[in-house]
Amino acid sequence: MEAPKVKTYGLVAEFETPTEIVNAANKAREEGYTVMEAYSPFPVEDLHEAVGFKRTKLPYIVFCGGLTGFLTAMTLTTVTSGGAPSFMTPYIPDWFYYPLNIGGRSLNAWQAFIPPEFELTVLFSSFTAVLAMLALNGYPKLYHPLFNVPRFSLVTSDRFFLCIEAIDPKFDIQGTKQFLESLDAFEVSEVPE
Amino acid sequence: MATEVDPKVRVDKQPPMLGGDYTFDSLTKKITNVIFAATPKGWIIGFSIAFMILQVLLVSVTYLLYEGIGIWGVNVPVGWGFDIVNFVWWIGIGHAGTLISAILLLFHQTWRTSINRFAEAMTLFAVACAGLYPLAHMGRPWFAYWLLPYPNTMQLWPQFRSPLEWDVFAVSTYFLVSLTFWYIGLIPDFASIRDQTPNKFLKMIYGALSLGWRGGSMHWHRYETAYLMLAGLSTPLVLSVHTIVSFDFAVANLPGWHATIFPPYFVAGAVYSGFAMVINLAVPIRHFYGMKDFITDKHMDNMAKIMLTTGLMVFYGYGVEAFMAYYSANEYERDLMMKNRAFGPYGYFYFALLFCNGLMPQVLWFKRVRSNEFILFGVSIVVNIGMWLERFVILMSLQRDFLPSSWGQYSPTFWDLSTFFGTFGLFLSLLFVFCRVLPMISIAEMKHLLPQSHVHHPKDAHNTDSHTPHGGSH
Repeated sequence: MEAPKVKTYGLVAEFETPTEIVNAANKAREEGYTVMEAYSPFPVEDLHEAVGFKRTKLPYIVFCGGLTGFLTAMTLTTVTSGGAPSFMTPYIPDWFYYPLNIGGRSLNAWQAFIPPEFELTVLFSSFTAVLAMLALNGYPKLYHPLFNVPRFSLVTSDRFFLCIEAIDPKFDIQGTKQFLESLDAFEVSEVPE
Repeated sequence: MATEVDPKVRVDKQPPMLGGDYTFDSLTKKITNVIFAATPKGWIIGFSIAFMILQVLLVSVTYLLYEGIGIWGVNVPVGWGFDIVNFVWWIGIGHAGTLISAILLLFHQTWRTSINRFAEAMTLFAVACAGLYPLAHMGRPWFAYWLLPYPNTMQLWPQFRSPLEWDVFAVSTYFLVSLTFWYIGLIPDFASIRDQTPNKFLKMIYGALSLGWRGGSMHWHRYETAYLMLAGLSTPLVLSVHTIVSFDFAVANLPGWHATIFPPYFVAGAVYSGFAMVINLAVPIRHFYGMKDFITDKHMDNMAKIMLTTGLMVFYGYGVEAFMAYYSANEYERDLMMKNRAFGPYGYFYFALLFCNGLMPQVLWFKRVRSNEFILFGVSIVVNIGMWLERFVILMSLQRDFLPSSWGQYSPTFWDLSTFFGTFGLFLSLLFVFCRVLPMISIAEMKHLLPQSHVHHPKDAHNTDSHTPHGGSH
């Protein structure tokens, strides 16, 4: 029976050492390929630059997360304790206003609020770091076309893969295959979508 | 040898932190095979014992919920007893895990790599044990959520100026951040297990846990950035947690508690007892699981040195406490320190503590002691006992406050002891399960220690020998 036309996700080449994968990615970039990704069992230094990725914007997102945490805690502690400036008092809802007189101390004892503020800053930043990292990476994503390549399971053990994706403007199944083979790849295979 | 030092290979100048001759593949298999292999007999025996001890905890907590905290030895001057002693002790133990995973990462200490996974697990389980005590002490733990700030029909809010409320923030943040830190460390390793196992069911479970990790270079770049930021966030966090725990005491006016030395010396003490517990766990793990190539003698040596250093800090703290009590010219402080702490009820505990935490660990100055894992194991147990005594001695200041008419005496009851004993069951059961189902050593990070993990640029081909201090092939 003739197989239905399978859409191709891309072409994947397998390499054996970190040096080979970095060189291969560099060559592919110099060749003019733009949509590609290199896969490795552990972070290989400069590999993301070799595939043409500059740097992540994660730190800025985490900063915003931390700032949100700090402002949340500051509002929470100060306003509920009755420490907000008096002109704001008419706008504070009853349920958010619970001033306590503790030994006659100022209602806005801001020094005492530092521990909750610090902890919420750390909590929000950490959760932002993890969730934003996963979101930017597109996880969770339990299925991926690359998993159709049987040898790709070695990517978490000892092999390195360079995948040039079909959406790359320069992608052409024959030409790209020849190019990848010219890089001394251990094996080049097509990735069915 | 190369004449100039390449900053990228600086780590290799240290003694090898990985024995044996591993390839990426054999290293992966060595760690994942522990999970795929048949359950070892020793594991079944150990887990059964731990699980039985866990039942002691369940009975104790059940009876506590049935009867109330009157079954404990707490009374009017000593409103906190074993519950806070054990809370502080357990949470202190957790601190070494974060120190290893975060602070040593920031300092580029490659030897942290093989011990960070189980040290982080230890952190989580120790914090779980610790968290049990304040919850149990509430008497009505089903109202524990009242500690959290949330809008409610009673229109009440927590007292944000109280160190006990700070504790809620600190400990819950600590647990959650440690958990996420641990989990993202595990993601690439879950993927390794997914790809190694022939079992379809395990493939599904670990595949789901790995979230579909593929190890793309951009993914690794973001992953490493996030990991580093978590380390940077956890470092002040871990210092803040025990600082805030020490505020539970130091913010009070009670003689023996009201001291500014408390935060630093509590943090040092926490790391001290934590490293003792890491050694107590590392010795059996490297022994029974044959992990001596990964957790080398050099690791034990380094941990012993950290223990010695933090032990000296703690000892200095005791000295400052005593000196400040004398120098403050405050008669209550002086009496507490000179009479009641050292020679009052439980005075012998104070001397036992000086022995366990101050004198005994001085044997760690000797290389022969540091290189003998059995002696090290013993010293660590003594240190853990000493750190428990420290918290107990501090707490017993409650027996002797300002007015002799309000003095009292504390003694733990059977249920105090059984609850404490039972938490070991919880801690050890969780650890046994952890060793069975999760990779106890980080696979992806260990690969970085292999010489063949470095990328060779043509321009530094002349100094490749500095990349291969222990004869790896390329």
